[in-house]
Amino acid sequence: MRLRTLLFFTAPSAVLMLLFIFTPLVSVAIQSLHTTIVLREMVKVETCTPGFLAQTCTTTERSQVRMGPDGKPLTETRFTGLEAYRSVLETGKLATAFAPGGQGWAEVLRLDFWRALRFTLTFTFITLPLVVGLGLVIALAVNNAMRAIRGPLVFVSLLPFIITPVIGALAIRWLFIGDGIVTATLRATIDPQISFFAQGWTIEVLMLVYRVWHNAPFAFIILYAGLQTVDQDTLESAVIDGASRWERLRYVVLPHLAPLIVFVSLIHLMDAYRVFEEVVGFGSEAHVISLQWLTFSYLMPDFTGNRYIARASASSMLTMVGIVLLLIPLLARVWREHRPRG
Amino acid sequence: MLKRTLLATLPAIGLATGLAVGLAALPGTAEAACAIRNTVPIKTLSAGFDAWKAVTAAWAECGNVQSELDMNFRTKQPTAFAANPSLYQIGGVANNTVVPLLNAGTIRPLDDLVAKYGQGLTPNQLIKVDGKTMAVAMMVNTQNFMVREDVFKEMGIAVPTTWDEVLDAAAKLKASGKFATPLGATMKPGFDISQEFLNVFLAYGGVATKPDNSPGINSEAGMKTLALMKRMAEFLDPEYLTSDSTYVARQFQQGKIAMANLWATRAGALNNPAESQFAGKILQAAAPAVAKGGKPATTLWWDGWVIAKNLPDAEAEMAFRVAMEGIDEEMVKANNNAAVWLLKGYVPGPSAKGAIESAMGGAPAYPSTSAMGLISAALGENVADFMTGKKTAEQTLQAIEASYLTRAKEQGLVK
Repeated sequence: MRLRTLLFFTAPSAVLMLLFIFTPLVSVAIQSLHTTIVLREMVKVETCTPGFLAQTCTTTERSQVRMGPDGKPLTETRFTGLEAYRSVLETGKLATAFAPGGQGWAEVLRLDFWRALRFTLTFTFITLPLVVGLGLVIALAVNNAMRAIRGPLVFVSLLPFIITPVIGALAIRWLFIGDGIVTATLRATIDPQISFFAQGWTIEVLMLVYRVWHNAPFAFIILYAGLQTVDQDTLESAVIDGASRWERLRYVVLPHLAPLIVFVSLIHLMDAYRVFEEVVGFGSEAHVISLQWLTFSYLMPDFTGNRYIARASASSMLTMVGIVLLLIPLLARVWREHRPRG
Repeated sequence: MLKRTLLATLPAIGLATGLAVGLAALPGTAEAACAIRNTVPIKTLSAGFDAWKAVTAAWAECGNVQSELDMNFRTKQPTAFAANPSLYQIGGVANNTVVPLLNAGTIRPLDDLVAKYGQGLTPNQLIKVDGKTMAVAMMVNTQNFMVREDVFKEMGIAVPTTWDEVLDAAAKLKASGKFATPLGATMKPGFDISQEFLNVFLAYGGVATKPDNSPGINSEAGMKTLALMKRMAEFLDPEYLTSDSTYVARQFQQGKIAMANLWATRAGALNNPAESQFAGKILQAAAPAVAKGGKPATTLWWDGWVIAKNLPDAEAEMAFRVAMEGIDEEMVKANNNAAVWLLKGYVPGPSAKGAIESAMGGAPAYPSTSAMGLISAALGENVADFMTGKKTAEQTLQAIEASYLTRAKEQGLVK
């Protein structure tokens, strides 16, 4: 293909990618390097609040936001370099943790970012094989079911996937929190002391189970579609050659599905690394937080109405870097397969 | 009943995405109750507890009023009011939630309007900042002590007045086998847990922020506060780190707990036979002190409304008149027990006893300052780490101060 034609064909998608992926990314990168500071001045302020019998007024000298001529607060945006990254990563505390007398990893895991990273990675790597594995098992089961019930089976298997993630998480939360139906039953039958939201690990297990339940149908439907295109002749000759069911799966079906498994894994890695709904839905921030939740918490206005844009941007950049690092091995595999040989 | 519980639970789990309750009253039905005829479309955004339900319902009677009651109004209000024209004319606020609006300069001084239409207001209701009236308060709110009177009588235990007595009583109730978790507390990370901390911290004589805006959390008072909170945890539901006011109220209603320091606005629901199994048995008392004869360990709050700045003056005037209609004597009489009103016609009932005793006992007002807002945010983010055992008391207090300082630098409060 001539270069000109190639450019002509890729131009529309290149323009869109530039506009909707590259530009925001650059903007976030720039914002992560700048901090906006509210300008204040010291003034004498008289403040009155209701007492019970009379009003209580106090005059104090305190700093107050300076207003510009347009009635908006004056702010100043400064270039702060990697300050926001240092603040998110808490590099100073990292250094003391590993200095003599520090407590090493135990201390690191008390820092928000690192604690979030720990959970995010565990979550991603535990759910990945479970989602792909369970998806494959369901796909094989449905594929071997009677033709007449396949349609309804596919529909039912897909149901968890079409539930809005936050709503699904809330449903699970209500089943397990306090004396939710499941917990109440377990308390009555096994141990009256059981509670799922009192410690971090049980919440994490619930989150893992929920995500696998929610995402396995995605893996299932992709792999099921793949199963429809397995070469029947090859399968039949395998049968004639005396291959067992397991051998047919191992040497015929799985190699055929391999590119799809890579695809499902890629999508799942990206999704799982951005775990967020579970933290919000389960209300687990006292015990477990994720990287995406951390970004969100920087972005929510605090009790002064301020949002921490620089740190939120730094945190999103770090999340993006994390996803890219995770995807490299899989992308490298795809690249090797599609590289023109010779 | 079902709708009530639904409305009560949804915001609590942090999902509330604008539960519009009481969308514009039906024309011609209830408008008689409002003295003016509102012709301008007015939108309001406030919290969603009983008092706001009462006030917004009274606003709706004026016609053309659309009210949004949302327990997460705090995160929406600053941006919505910064828009030009503002997305809401009237905003419901409290001591802490008025600060972002003041900082951004998005609410208007009300002195002219108060002079013109505010004859019914007492000076007590005018929230003044720098000599200008910026908000109109309608009620006082505080966390006061609520106890199951029947249980305490039966057990022969006096109603506790200090936290030591609370913990003794809790131990007795637990030992009796009647309550596995006799105590309730709002310990959900964020505002709830920061408030539990501050109540006790201020009572121990702690100074949260010094005049130069440097933090004072890492102090003896801070250590004592954390120690007391750890002692409370022994008697709380093991899942207490997910528990907010709605959750504690429900624990009361279902007989799971016998006492808690809970918002006065919840008293109505606890004694409402339609939703509580123990209506009439829950006594209101002053918040417990940290030592015998000390001040009640709680803070005084006000709730009221503000008018947006980015509006045509005529529209703001109409909004003010509507807002005034919502807090008239008629509304107070119909909803006497929904809050501790600062309004004409209010007769303090049994549900106000705890709040009034706390105030009379000398509980301090919660300071409406930016520094306090940042301390609150830093506490909300870090105290849970101590409760779960992730950090020691010293480490927690240091983390709170560090988090406060990072925030305060961006807010220009410290260099």
